[in-house]
Amino acid sequence: MADVSAAKKQREPLIHVVKRDELPGWHAWLIRIATVFIGMILVGFLSMLVTEKGFFETYEIMFKGVFGKLFEGYTTMFWKYLQEIAILLCLALALTPAFKMKFWNCGAEGQALMGGLASIFCMIQFGEKLPYGVLIAVIALTSILAGAIWGIIPAVFKALFNTNETLFTLMMNYIATQIIAYYVYIEGGGSNVINPVSAGNFPKVGTNDYFVNIVTVAVITVLMYVYLKYSKQGYEISVVGESRNTAKYIGINVKKVIIRTMAISGALCGVTGMLLVAGKDHSINTNLVGGQGFTAILMSWLGQFNPFVMVVMTAIVVFLRLGVSKVADASLLNSSYSEIMVGIVILMLVGCEFFIHYSIRFRHKNKEVGA
Amino acid sequence: MIIQFICRAILLGVPLLFGSTGEIITEKSGHLNLGIPGIMYVGAISGVVGSFIYENACGNDIEAMNGFLAVIIPLICSIAGSVIMGLIYSFLTVTLHANQNVTGLALTTLGIGLGNFLGASLINITGSELPSIALTKTSTFFATELPFAKSLGWFGELFLSHDFLTYLAIAIALITSFVLNKTRVGLNLRSVGESPATADAAGINVSRYRYVATCIGSAVAGLGGLQYVVSYASGVWSNNAFGDRGWMAIALVIFALWKPSFAIIGSFLFGALCNANNYIPGLGTETQELFKMLPYVVTIIVLVVTSMRKKREHQPPQGLGLSYFREER
Repeated sequence: MADVSAAKKQREPLIHVVKRDELPGWHAWLIRIATVFIGMILVGFLSMLVTEKGFFETYEIMFKGVFGKLFEGYTTMFWKYLQEIAILLCLALALTPAFKMKFWNCGAEGQALMGGLASIFCMIQFGEKLPYGVLIAVIALTSILAGAIWGIIPAVFKALFNTNETLFTLMMNYIATQIIAYYVYIEGGGSNVINPVSAGNFPKVGTNDYFVNIVTVAVITVLMYVYLKYSKQGYEISVVGESRNTAKYIGINVKKVIIRTMAISGALCGVTGMLLVAGKDHSINTNLVGGQGFTAILMSWLGQFNPFVMVVMTAIVVFLRLGVSKVADASLLNSSYSEIMVGIVILMLVGCEFFIHYSIRFRHKNKEVGA
Repeated sequence: MIIQFICRAILLGVPLLFGSTGEIITEKSGHLNLGIPGIMYVGAISGVVGSFIYENACGNDIEAMNGFLAVIIPLICSIAGSVIMGLIYSFLTVTLHANQNVTGLALTTLGIGLGNFLGASLINITGSELPSIALTKTSTFFATELPFAKSLGWFGELFLSHDFLTYLAIAIALITSFVLNKTRVGLNLRSVGESPATADAAGINVSRYRYVATCIGSAVAGLGGLQYVVSYASGVWSNNAFGDRGWMAIALVIFALWKPSFAIIGSFLFGALCNANNYIPGLGTETQELFKMLPYVVTIIVLVVTSMRKKREHQPPQGLGLSYFREER
C-alpha cells in the first residue's frame, strides 16, 4: 500500500522527450540551416572576444580571404577553396558506401596515403621512361589498387571473423604513416623531404593547377549518387546496412558485399591520394592528408549518405576552416583556432539532429480528468 | 641497459594506461568514446595552463613555490578540463541521443585544436624563441622519487624510482578493476553497458550511470595527457608532441579485453614496443621508422585473434556504441 501512495505522489517529469515521425524534408533542413547560422554567429562572437576585432570585420576577413584577395601574402583564391572542397568531398564520398553498410571505415587517412605513395612511386620510377598518357594511366591504376588493398585487408577480417573494423582501420592508418616515413627517408636521402617531382603531374588548364582535381571529384560525386541510389549493388549495400540477417535471407552474399564495398571505398581514398600527389603537392610526406580522413567521416555522416548534401556540408566546413584561419592569421593567432571553430560548429550540427528526430513535450498544466 | 629499457617502457606506458583505464570505464557504460585523444590533449593543456599561472604567480621562483600546490593545481585543472569535455560528450550522446562515433570524432578535432591553440597562445605570452613552454619547476615537484629508491640498486630503480603519477595510474587501474568486478556499483555499470533496457527495467538510472562513468573516464584519461607533459617531456609542452597516443589507448582497451588489470601489463608492453626501435642494435634510421609500426601491428594481431576465438568473456559490452532511448524498445 505504501508503494502505491508513493507512486501517486511522484509527479510527472517536467520535460518529456518523444520520438517524432519523419519530419518533412524542408523542415529538417530549416533546422540544420538555422544551426549553421547560429554556429556562424557564435564563431563571429568568439572571434570578436579573442581577436579584439569588430563583429562584422571578422566576417569580412573570412569572405575576402576565401573568395578573393585580402592583402598580399594572405590570399586564398577561389580555386584553392574549390580544391580543398574537392579533396574533403572525395574522402567523404569514399567513406559513404562503407558507412551506409554500417562499416565504420576510420582508415581513409591510411588508404589515401597508400594511394599517394603509389602515385609518387610511379612518378619517380617511371617518370622518364614512359610516355605521358601511359604514365598517368599507370599512376591512376596503381593508386586505385593500393587504396583498395588497404581497404580490403580489414574488410576480409570483418567478413570472416567479425573483427572490430573501427580500430583495425585506425591502426592501418599508422602503419601506412610509418611506411611513408620509411619511403620518404630512403627516397629523400635522409633529409625527410622529397623534392617536387615534375613528371606525371596533372595538366594545367589555363593558369589553373587544380582544374583536373575539381572535375574528377565532380564526376565522382554524380557517379556515387547514381551508384548508391539506382544500382543493384547500392541496394545490396543498404540492405546489409539495415540488417545482416535480412540480407542473408534474401540471398545476398554478405561477405562478398562487405569486401566489395570496402574495395570501392579504399579505391576512392586511393584516388584522393593520387589527386593530392599528382594534382597538388607533387611530393609526399606523412602529413599529406592532414587529418582530413577524420573530418571526412563527419562530413559523410552529416551528409546523410547523399552526395549532393555532402557537397553543401563540405563547402560550409571548408569555408569555416579557411576563413577562420585567415582571421587567425590577420590577428597573429595560431592556425589551430580554425580547428576549434570547425569542431564547435560540427558538434552543434551533430546535436541539432536531436531536434529533427525527437520533440520535447512539457508537462500538461491541467490535471488529468478521468482516473 | 635492460633496466633502463624497462623504466623507459613504463614511463611511455603510463599515459596509455591512464587513457585506456579511462576508456574502459567509459566503454563499460556502453559509450565508445572516440573523443579520448582530444580529451587527453585538453587534460594536458589544462594542467599546463594551471601550472603556468601558478609558476608566474610565484614569480618563476622555485623557492617561493609550495610543493603541494605545485602538484595539486595542475592535477585539478587537468581533471576539470577533461570532465568538461566528458560532459559535452555525454550531453550529446545521452541527452540528445547523438551518434557516438561522430560525436567522439568531432570532440577529438575540437580537443586537439584547443590544445594546440592554447599552447601556441601561452608560447606567445612568454615570447620565447622556441616553439614550446618549459614548466621545468613544476616538473621537478612531480618527479620527486621515494627517498630510499637509489639505495636499493636495480630493484629500487625498477620498482621504486618512478614518479607518483605512475603509481597513481596503477592504483586507479586496480581500483577500477575492483569496483567493476566486486561492487554493486560496478555490477550496475556493467549491466548498463551490456543491456541498458534490462538495467532500466531493474531500476538503474541509465542516464546517470552513463554520465558519471563517461566523466570519470574522461578525468582519468586527461591525467594521461598531464603525465605526458610533466613527467615524460619533463614539463615541456610543444604543439602536437602528444601525437596519436590517444588512439593507441583506445586500441589498448581491446588488447586488454576490457580488463583494467590487463591494461597495466598491456600499456607497459606497448611502451616497450614504442621504444624498441631505439634499443635494438644495428638499426638504421630508415629501419627504425618501420619498427615504429610494431605496436599497431601487434594491436591488429590481438584484434584478429580475439575475434577469431569468440570467447564470451572476451567480447565488448553488448550495448557498446548504441544510444539508449527508453521508448524505443
